Amino acid sequence: MTRRQLWQRITEHLDLPLLAGMGLLMLVSLLTLYSASDHSLERVFSQGRNILVAFCCLWVVANLPLHYLMRAAVPIYVFGMTLLIGVALFGEISHGARRWLNIGVTTIQPSELMKIGVPMMMAWYFEKHEAALTFKNYAIAAGLLLLPVGLIARQPDLGTALLISASGFYVLFLAGLSWRIIGGLTVTAILSAPVLWSLMHDYQRHRVEMLFDPSQDALGKGYHTIQGMIAVGSGGIFGKGYLKGTQTHLDFLPERTTDFIFAVYSEEFGLIGNLILLAMYFFVIGRGFIITANASTYFTRLMAGSITLTFTTYAFVNMGMVSGILPIVGVPLPMFSYGGTSMLTLLLGFGILMSIQTHKKLVKS
Amino acid sequence: MNKRIELKNHQQEIFNFRLRLFISIGFALLLLGTLLARFVYLQAVRHDYYQTLAEKNRISVVPIVPNRGLILDRNGVVLAHNYSGYTLEITPSKVSDLQGTINELATLVDIAPRDRKRFKKLMAESHDFETLMIRSRLSDEEVARFAAQQYRFPGVEIKARLFREYPYSEKTAHLLGYIGRINQSDVDRLEENDATANYRGTDYIGKTGLEQYYENELHGTTGIEQVEVDSAGRAVRIISRSPPISGNTLVLSIDAKLQEIAEEAFGNYRGALVAIDPANGEVLAFVSRPGYDPSLFVDGIDAESWKELNESPDHPLNNRVLRGQYPSGSTIKPFMALAGLFYNIRSPSHTISDPGYYTLSGSSHHYRDWKQGGHGTVDMFKSIVISCDTYYYGLAIDMGIDNIFEFLSRFGFGKKTGIDLEGETSGLLPSQEWKMKRFKQRWYAGDTVSVGIGQGYSLVTPLQLASATATLANGGVGYKPHLVREVKNSRTNESRKLDNQPGIDMKLDPSHLDLVRRAMMAVTQPGGTAAQASAGASYTIAGKTGTAQVIGMKQGEKYDASKIDERHRDHAWFISFAPVEQPRIAVVVLAENGGHGGGTAAPIARKVMDYYLLGKVPQPVVPVIAPASSIPAASGIPEIEAD
Repeated sequence: MTRRQLWQRITEHLDLPLLAGMGLLMLVSLLTLYSASDHSLERVFSQGRNILVAFCCLWVVANLPLHYLMRAAVPIYVFGMTLLIGVALFGEISHGARRWLNIGVTTIQPSELMKIGVPMMMAWYFEKHEAALTFKNYAIAAGLLLLPVGLIARQPDLGTALLISASGFYVLFLAGLSWRIIGGLTVTAILSAPVLWSLMHDYQRHRVEMLFDPSQDALGKGYHTIQGMIAVGSGGIFGKGYLKGTQTHLDFLPERTTDFIFAVYSEEFGLIGNLILLAMYFFVIGRGFIITANASTYFTRLMAGSITLTFTTYAFVNMGMVSGILPIVGVPLPMFSYGGTSMLTLLLGFGILMSIQTHKKLVKS
Repeated sequence: MNKRIELKNHQQEIFNFRLRLFISIGFALLLLGTLLARFVYLQAVRHDYYQTLAEKNRISVVPIVPNRGLILDRNGVVLAHNYSGYTLEITPSKVSDLQGTINELATLVDIAPRDRKRFKKLMAESHDFETLMIRSRLSDEEVARFAAQQYRFPGVEIKARLFREYPYSEKTAHLLGYIGRINQSDVDRLEENDATANYRGTDYIGKTGLEQYYENELHGTTGIEQVEVDSAGRAVRIISRSPPISGNTLVLSIDAKLQEIAEEAFGNYRGALVAIDPANGEVLAFVSRPGYDPSLFVDGIDAESWKELNESPDHPLNNRVLRGQYPSGSTIKPFMALAGLFYNIRSPSHTISDPGYYTLSGSSHHYRDWKQGGHGTVDMFKSIVISCDTYYYGLAIDMGIDNIFEFLSRFGFGKKTGIDLEGETSGLLPSQEWKMKRFKQRWYAGDTVSVGIGQGYSLVTPLQLASATATLANGGVGYKPHLVREVKNSRTNESRKLDNQPGIDMKLDPSHLDLVRRAMMAVTQPGGTAAQASAGASYTIAGKTGTAQVIGMKQGEKYDASKIDERHRDHAWFISFAPVEQPRIAVVVLAENGGHGGGTAAPIARKVMDYYLLGKVPQPVVPVIAPASSIPAASGIPEIEAD
C-alpha cells in the first residue's frame, strides 16, 4: 500500500469540511485553555489527549456502515437503560445525586451514553414504522424518550434530563410530529408554569429568582453569573488581548477551564472574537444540516438532524448561561470546555454524522 | 396504482422533511442570533458599565471562615476545641518540580514520610490549583526558618489555620467523631441543602459522631471581607468586613470524668458501656472500646494508618454502643418476667421444678440449663436471682412469640433508640412475620425457646439494652437517650435546651415492677450471680448478668473457656441501676469475650456507679491482663460462676 493509498483509506470516511470546522474550534479552545489554566501546558496536553482519544472513536464510528449503526440502536438503548436502572437502584445507598456507576475498572455515567442512545433508538423506531406513521407511533416514541429522561431527572440531574429531552424532541419534530400537538404542548407548558412554580422546592425557586437578580446570592451561585457577565462585558469590542483578561487572571472567574471557559475567551477576544466564534459554530452547524439534507434514509435523516440541533442547543445553553440569559446548569461548551467525557460523546455523534455523509453513495448505487 | 401512491407519499414525505429542516435551520439561526444580540448588548452597549465593574473587581470578596463551636461536657470540661497553628502549604500548579521542592523544604522543616504520603493522597483528591497542606503544626522556629528562605520557594506559603483538637483523644472518639476535609459527597450534600455559599472557604466538615450530627450548630456563619487587590492579586487594603459568626457550643450530658473512669475500668477488654440518667434519658457515659485517635482523620489519614485501623481484629472503628449487635443473653430475663406478669401467664408464686433441662412436648431435644442438674424448685424471684434458663424456656413457650414481640418492642428492642448520632443499627427482635420474610420459613416452637433466654435470632445493641434498663429503673417511663443537653449561642451566650421529648409511660403494674426490681437487687447480694458487684457498697444496686454466646455448643458438649480460642469466648453482659429506691444511674456493660457477666462486666459498672453516686475515684490498680483464661472470684463472697 503506498502512502497515498493509506492516506486515502484513513480519510475515506471523514467529512473534510466538518473536520476543518471542528479542528479550528478545538485549536482556539486549546489556546484559550492555556490562558484559562494560568499557562498550564499540562492542562493543554491533557485536553489534547482527550481530543485524540475521542477522535479515534470518531474515526471508528465514521467507518461503520449505516446498517451497523441501525443495528446498534436497540442494544445501546437497552444497555443504557439497564445502567440507568442500576444507578437508580444503587443510588439509594449514597447521599445526594448519584450519576456514576462503578463497573469495576472504571466509573461511567450512563446518562452520557443516553445522549446518543435515545435519539438513535427513536430514529430506529421511526424507520421501522416509516410506511404509515400514526399518532400511536409518536406516542410510543415519546415513551422511549420519557423513560430514560425520568430516570435521569430522578438522579437528580435536571440539566442532562432537559438536554436529552431536547434531542428526543428534535427527532419527533423532524419525524413530522403534527403542529397541533406541538402547539398543544407549548400552551400546556406556558399554562403549567405557575403550577410548577407552586410545586417547586424553595431552593429551586431561589435559583430561578437568581437568574433575574444574581446579586441576591453574591457569594453562591449568583457569583458565577455576575463574574461571567463582567468578564464578557468588560471584554468590549476588541477584547483585552490574549492572556490579559483581568477577570481570569485575578481568580474571579469560577470553573474557568470547564463550564465558564467562554468567559475567558470572550474577555480576551471581545465582540470581534465572539463573532468569529459564532461563525465557526455556524459553519459546523451548517455542515451538519447539509449532511442531514443529503441523508439517504429516514433513520439517517432523523439522526443527523437531531445531532446537529442538539449540538446547537449545547452551544447556545452554555454561552447563554455565561452571558446571563439562562440559569446556571452544568453544560460544557461543546468542543471547547476542558473535559474528556463530554468530548467523547460529542465526537461519537460527529462520527455518526460522517458515517451518514460518506456511506450514502454506496447505498444509492 | 399502488406504486404511484407510495411514490407520491415518498415525495410528500421528502417535502415535509425539507420543510422541517428549514424550520430547524431557522431555529438554529435564531439561537445564534440571540447570543449575538446579547454579546452586542454586553460588549458594545454596556461595555463601559462592565468595564468599571471589572476595574472595581480589584475588590475581591473573601470569605472568612467562622470558628467551629466548642463541645463541653455537663460540667464545662472541654471535649473539642480549636487552636491556631501554622501550616506549610503548596499550590502544585505554581510549582514546577514538586518532588525537588519538597526535598528542599525538608532541609528547613521536618517532613516525615507520613506527611509525604498524606500530601500525595491530597494531590490525588484535589485540583492542581488548590493549596494543599504538606506539614501541619509548625513550631515557631520552623516558621522563622522558612520565612527567611521563602523567596526560594514560589508557590509555597505559610498559613495560620485553626485546628480541631480532642483533649480526650480516643476516649471520646466514638462519641464526638471527628471532622475531616470536605470531599465530593459532602459537596453534593451541601448543594442539596443549598448551603454551599456558607461553606466557601471552609475546608473541614463533621464526618462522624456528634461532629456530624450537629454540623449545622457547630459550623457557624461565614463572614465576608472585601479586600482591594493589586494587579497581581495581592491584598492591599481591607474595605469592608462583615465578621463571621462562630458556631454554637454544644453542652453534653456526658460527664468527662465518668467517661474516663469507665474507659479505664475496661482494662484491656474490648466492649461497650452506656450510663444513662433514667429520670430524663441523658447519657452520662458512652464508651466503645477500643477507640482510635481522631486527630489521625482531621489532618487526612495516610493509607497505612487507615489500613491498620480498618484491618485490626479489634475493629477500633466500629462504634459498638451504636452499631454492635449481640445476643442479649440472660439480661433479657427481667423483661421476660415483666411480660409474663403483664400477660398473666405467670403469677409471682408459680413454681417449676427444674431438672436442668427443658423439653418441648413431643420432642426429645434437651434445651439445657446452664447448671447441670438444675436449680430445684424455682419461682419468678429466684429465676432472676440465679438466672434459671429452664424457667424462661417454659415461660416463652407459654407466652408465645407474638406476645414476646409485642411487649419487648415496647421497651425499644428491635428499634433504633433515636439517639442524636448517625448510623445507629436497630438490633433484631424476631417475629413470625420477620422469619417468613427473611428465611421463607414458618416460626417453630424451638425458635421461641431460644428467644426466651435472649439467644436464637434476637440481637440487641448496648444502647438499646441501656435504654430499656433505664426505662425499667424509671418505673416504666422511658425517655429517648440523648447526648446534647443544650446549645449555647456563641454571641449572646444564651442557652437553648434541645426539646426534651416527654417520657413514654408503659403503664406497668407497680407490684410487678417491685418484684422484678427486688429480684434484680438480690442478684447483687450473696447468692446472686453478681454478688461481687455490690460487696461493700453503701448504696443498693439492682443488676442482671448475661452471657452472649459467640459460638454454638453441640448437644451434650460442655463449655470450657480455657479450651476455646480467646475471640470465641462468650461475651459478658451486666445491666444495672442504682440506688434501687430512687435510681439515679443505669449502667449497661458489655465485655467482649469476657466470659461471665458477674466476674468481668459487673465490676466495671460498679466503678462507674461509685464515682457517679459517691464521687469515689478508683485506685489505680494493676490492670486486668485480659481476657484471662480464668478470672479469680472475689475473696470471701460466694460467686456463682455462671450466668
